[in-house]
Amino acid sequence: MNQVALIDLLFRLADDELLVGHRNSEWTGVAPIIEEDIAFSSMAQDEMGHALAYYTILHERLGQAPPDQLAFLREPHEFRNAALTALPRRDWSETIVRQFLYDAAEHVRLECYAQHPFEPLAHVARKIHGEEKYHFLHARTWMTRLAQTDESRQRMQVAIGILWPHALGMFETGQSEQDAPFDEASIMEAWLALITPILVEAGYQVPSSTAIYSRYAAPTPDRIELLAAMQKVYRIDPNAEW
Amino acid sequence: MSVLPLNYYSTVEDDGRSEEEKLLAFEAKINRGEKIEPTDWMPERYRKQVMRMVQNHGNSEIVGALPEREWIPHAPTFKRKLALTAKVQDEVGHAQLLYRVVETLGKPREVIIEELLNGTAKYSNVFNYAPETWADVGVIAWLIDAAAIIRQLLLREGSYGPYSRALKRICYEESFHLKHGYDICVTLALGTSTQREMLQDALNRWWEPILGFFGPPDNDSVHTSELMRWRVKLKTNDAIRQEFLDQYVPKIWELGLTLPDPKLCKDEQTGVWHYTEPDWDEFKRVIQGHGPCNAKRIAVRRMAHEDGEWVRRALAAAEHNESIPVH
Repeated sequence: MNQVALIDLLFRLADDELLVGHRNSEWTGVAPIIEEDIAFSSMAQDEMGHALAYYTILHERLGQAPPDQLAFLREPHEFRNAALTALPRRDWSETIVRQFLYDAAEHVRLECYAQHPFEPLAHVARKIHGEEKYHFLHARTWMTRLAQTDESRQRMQVAIGILWPHALGMFETGQSEQDAPFDEASIMEAWLALITPILVEAGYQVPSSTAIYSRYAAPTPDRIELLAAMQKVYRIDPNAEW
Repeated sequence: MSVLPLNYYSTVEDDGRSEEEKLLAFEAKINRGEKIEPTDWMPERYRKQVMRMVQNHGNSEIVGALPEREWIPHAPTFKRKLALTAKVQDEVGHAQLLYRVVETLGKPREVIIEELLNGTAKYSNVFNYAPETWADVGVIAWLIDAAAIIRQLLLREGSYGPYSRALKRICYEESFHLKHGYDICVTLALGTSTQREMLQDALNRWWEPILGFFGPPDNDSVHTSELMRWRVKLKTNDAIRQEFLDQYVPKIWELGLTLPDPKLCKDEQTGVWHYTEPDWDEFKRVIQGHGPCNAKRIAVRRMAHEDGEWVRRALAAAEHNESIPVH
C-alpha cells in the first residue's frame, strides 16, 4: 500500500473516532439515565483515545504534524470523517443507532486491519478491537431492548432510516487506494452480514436507501460546527501550552 | 431498579425498648465510633437530616456536572479533552452513588430527581454561576474540588455508614480532579499574558462563590450541637472555611495570582485568616433561585429528563417483558 493511501486511511480512521467520541462526550451530564451517562462518557474517552493512537502513528511514522495540531488546527476540508460521525447529538434513538452501525463497522474493519501489512496499524487495530467489542455489545443490547415496545421501536426505525445512507457512506473507497489490502466493498459486505440478522430479529426493517458519500466532499455543516466548537480554545493561541 | 420501600426505616423491628432507650443506644453506638446502618433504629430528625444532606450532595454532583460539561467540547488538547470528560463523568458517577445512599433512607431515585426539578431539593449554590472561559474550568476543578474535598474528608468520618463509605471513593476521585484543575491553572499561570489574564479574571469572579461554598457562619447553636453530637456535622462552616484558606491561599499566591479581597491576610499569632465576608444576603437570593444560572441549570436537567422519558418507559416495559416466559 503506498504511503499516500496509508496516510489517507489513517486520517479516515482517526477523524471518525475523534468526531464520534466528541459527539458522545456531549451526552456527559444529560443522558436519559445516569448509568448511560457514565457509559457514554467512557466510550467517548475510548474513541478519543483511539483517535489519538492513530494520529500518533501519523505523526511518528508518517511524517504528519503532532496529534494536537492534527485535531485542533486542521481546517474542516482537511478532515476525512464520514458524515455519520459528525451528526449532531439529537434524540437518544439516533445516538444508539449511530453507535450500533458505527461500532459494527469498526468491529469488522479492525478485524481486517489486525492483519494489515503496516505493522503499527495492525498493532493498534488489535488493541482497539478488544475495546470496540464491548462498545458493539452495548449498542447491540440497546437495539434489542428498544425494539420491545411499539413506541420505542418506531422511534428507532425512524432513526435507522435517517442514518442509513450516512452509514453506507462510511464505506467510501479512499482516494489513491487501488492497491489497498482490504477493499471497502468487502468490508461493507461483512458489515451487512453482521448487522442484518440482528436488525431483522429485533423486528426492524433494513432500509433500501443508497449511500451518501461525504469523506472527500465539501465539509458538511455538522463537521464545520463541530470543529469550530472543538478548536475554539486551542486556536486562541496555537503556539501556547494549554 | 431495586428500591427500599418508603416506610423502610419504620419497619425496623419493634424490640419493646422505649424511645429514650433507643436514643441512648443510638448515641452510645456513635460515641463508640461505630457506623449507623440502614437497618438500625435512628431518630427521625437524624434520618431526615442525613437524607437532606446526602440528597443535596448528590444533586450538587449532578448539577455540578452541567457548568463543566459546557466546556468538554472546547477542551483544547487531547489530554484536556480526555481528562475533563473523565472528570465530569466521575461527578455523575458520584451522583449515582449518593442517590443510592439516599435510597437506603427511603427515597427512590425518581422522587429525588422530581424534587430537584421542582425546586424542593437544593444543590450547592456555587454551581449557579457561569463558567465564562477555559480558565474557569481550571479554577473550578482546582478550587471548588479542593473545597469539596476538605468538607468531604470530614464527612467521611461521619456516623452514617453508607454515606461514609461512598465518600471514601468520592474523595479518592476528587483528589485527581484537583490535580487536573491545578495542572490547568499552572499551565495558564506560566503561559502567555492572555492566558494569565484569563486565569486571574476567572479567579476574581469565582472567589466569592467559592468562599460561600462552605455556607454562612453557623449561629443556630442548638441545632448545630445536636448534629455534631450525632456526627452528621463534624465542624462548623467557619472552621472548614478557615482550613480551606489556610491550605489554598498560599498556593494561589505562589502562582503569582492575586485574590480580590484587600482584607485577606493571616494573623500569624492566632493562625486565623481574616477576610471580607461574602455577601450572605446575595447568597440567600441565589439559593432562592435568583442567581445568574439557576433557571438554566434546572432547565437543562429538565430537558434531559423529559427527552429521556421515552427511553426509561421502554426500559421499564422491556424489563417487564423479559420476566414473562415466552413459551
